Amino acid sequence: MVRALNLALREEMERDPDVLVIGEDVGVDGGVFRVTDDLQRRFGSRRVIDSPLAEAAIIGTSVGMALYGLKPVCEIQFSGFGFQGFHQIENHVARYRTRSQGRFHCQMVIRMPYGGGVRALEHHTESEEQFYAHIPGLKMVIPSGPRNARALLAAAIRDPDPVVFFEAKALYHAGKEEVPEASETLPLGRARLVREGRDLTLVAYGAMVRVAGEAAEVLAAEDRVECEVIDLLTLSPLDRETLAASVRKTGRAVIVHEAPRSFGPGAEIAASIMESAFLSLEAPIRRVTGYDVAFVGFAREKANVPDVGRVVAAARETLAF
Amino acid sequence: MPRTVLEPRFSVEYLSILDSDGNLDTSLEPEIPPETLRRLYRTMVLGRRLDERMLRLQRQGRIGTFAPIKGQEASQLGSACVLRPTDWMVPSFRETAAMVWRGWPIEKILLFFAGFLEGGQPAPGQPDLPITIPVATQLPHAVGLAYAARYRGDDVVVMAFFGDGATSEGDFHEALNFAGVWHVPVVFVCQNNQWAISVPLKKQTHSRTLAQKALAYGIPGLQVDGNDVLAVYAASREAVERARGGGGPSMIECVTYRLAMHTTADDPSKYRSEDEVREWERKDPVTRFRSYLEKKNLLEDGVEAWADGEIAAAVQRFEALAVADPLTMFDHVFAEPPPHLLAQRADLAARLQAAPPDGRAPSGAPPAPTPMRGQRVGRP
Repeated sequence: MVRALNLALREEMERDPDVLVIGEDVGVDGGVFRVTDDLQRRFGSRRVIDSPLAEAAIIGTSVGMALYGLKPVCEIQFSGFGFQGFHQIENHVARYRTRSQGRFHCQMVIRMPYGGGVRALEHHTESEEQFYAHIPGLKMVIPSGPRNARALLAAAIRDPDPVVFFEAKALYHAGKEEVPEASETLPLGRARLVREGRDLTLVAYGAMVRVAGEAAEVLAAEDRVECEVIDLLTLSPLDRETLAASVRKTGRAVIVHEAPRSFGPGAEIAASIMESAFLSLEAPIRRVTGYDVAFVGFAREKANVPDVGRVVAAARETLAF
Repeated sequence: MPRTVLEPRFSVEYLSILDSDGNLDTSLEPEIPPETLRRLYRTMVLGRRLDERMLRLQRQGRIGTFAPIKGQEASQLGSACVLRPTDWMVPSFRETAAMVWRGWPIEKILLFFAGFLEGGQPAPGQPDLPITIPVATQLPHAVGLAYAARYRGDDVVVMAFFGDGATSEGDFHEALNFAGVWHVPVVFVCQNNQWAISVPLKKQTHSRTLAQKALAYGIPGLQVDGNDVLAVYAASREAVERARGGGGPSMIECVTYRLAMHTTADDPSKYRSEDEVREWERKDPVTRFRSYLEKKNLLEDGVEAWADGEIAAAVQRFEALAVADPLTMFDHVFAEPPPHLLAQRADLAARLQAAPPDGRAPSGAPPAPTPMRGQRVGRP
């Protein structure tokens, strides 16, 4: 996925001279995960900016650039450090269109690696998407593999509204996927049907899509249950129609995410399903999520991040209700 | 190995040209075209009268909480007036007079403080950001604007305003640091009005001046008498010319005083003495500039009446515009409203059709004051 993201950045920078990259270590170093590798050599240090170490100013100066008409793509090195720039996102990135009544807007992307799976320290393993998904005026996108990562990042850069773009660290080097020669985009706000089924809907995004998919395999093989797997791709705005259509068919839903459960994305997804498909529900909607603990440390991470076993167990309980 | 001196001890200059007794240092007196001088005075008077009018409008419940500028007319106008119309201005929330100078219609400013988002919309092409309320958070925007202007090769300078309290915020330091590293054309104008609501400058910083904070970032910092419009003008022109010529950012600390309350929700008698206010009233920037113009034979008659006429006409326009269509709240969230917003809009539309609200500011009993930073809610 790292190479796919890098490709998308390169293609968008070639396509549009207003696209800039800014962040800590994004230039000479190519980013700590190498997502911006070689871009500075290709496009120069004025377009690929090694900024001082300050998240609020990385995002805040990007706001100024966007107000002027540029399209900055900022990198926050880990989503755990996004909070040092959170006020700029909530107070300004998301609001400039409203505050100026359409005179200004922030066409910008804020990329952040998120989630567990890389044996990293505190602030390097958490999932914070719910904070951004909650903010009006902001789009929240989370790809699940190389091909959709490239297409979604291109779409996010071209989108006139600001996008917070979360990249699952666990997926950076997990698996290969062919991508087409020509650049492609995917519409934001549209979920993807990964697997069709009639018995139960598994809802996931990011690194959890693979977990949900594997759980569906297990359930098909061992229980003869056909799960529908939905990859949200965009958390906000949420593709409520796809969710509703699926649950109207299956009558059951299990939501999987790494973020802590309470007030997390699962709550909004469940509420949305309740509002649109209540009469189709055969069982309570279940959530398989990270626990409501501050952080666990990577020595205990496996016990906290949803895995195939937990998803299968939750699905079986839902089916047996 | 001995200790060695890496940086010689720094010094911070203070600039004063026209003092509160009307003494003029002719060797420093800037050359300002007479028409600019007249317009400056007109706008200072307008700013002062508008402040007074807004206070009455607020007490009558016709606008909400606002931040008066009384006493700070010279520091914001002496600086903003050196900008070209194509330069950018980045205000905080106490720059009413500078906004008027930059062409903001008064009725828009009134709309803003009456709770109408329309008041935050700059005219098409107008290179001004709207009022920013969270302290210091607008400063990185100014740096980004300047970076973008230079990236595009545009001949543009950005001027950003903030107060003494803002110099304690992280965003101030980050913005100055980025501006220094990037060497971008920004002029940071600090209106040091001595009080951040109830906190005096001596509790805000242990630095002797605020200007010296710029020096740590490799940026020139100059302190000026902020009630001396000539000094503010001279310092700002120097900084803007330096920025325009590729000389990078500067910071100007205008030493001034907030003669009124922090906002209309604030009661300064709780934290500062009348004597202190009297002392600063003696240094009033408007009367000082007036006597300067008088001596120069540039004082026009009827400026006050002209200002009152402008304000009265603007208040009329404001009242005509101050009609809220609640449905417009959905108009500028995204470029294209997503389905869930359309559904919420339809929900509100149905509610409005069932029971249309009165969008006008209610007459009769004034509404409850708008809570704002610094307000003591529920005080007896």
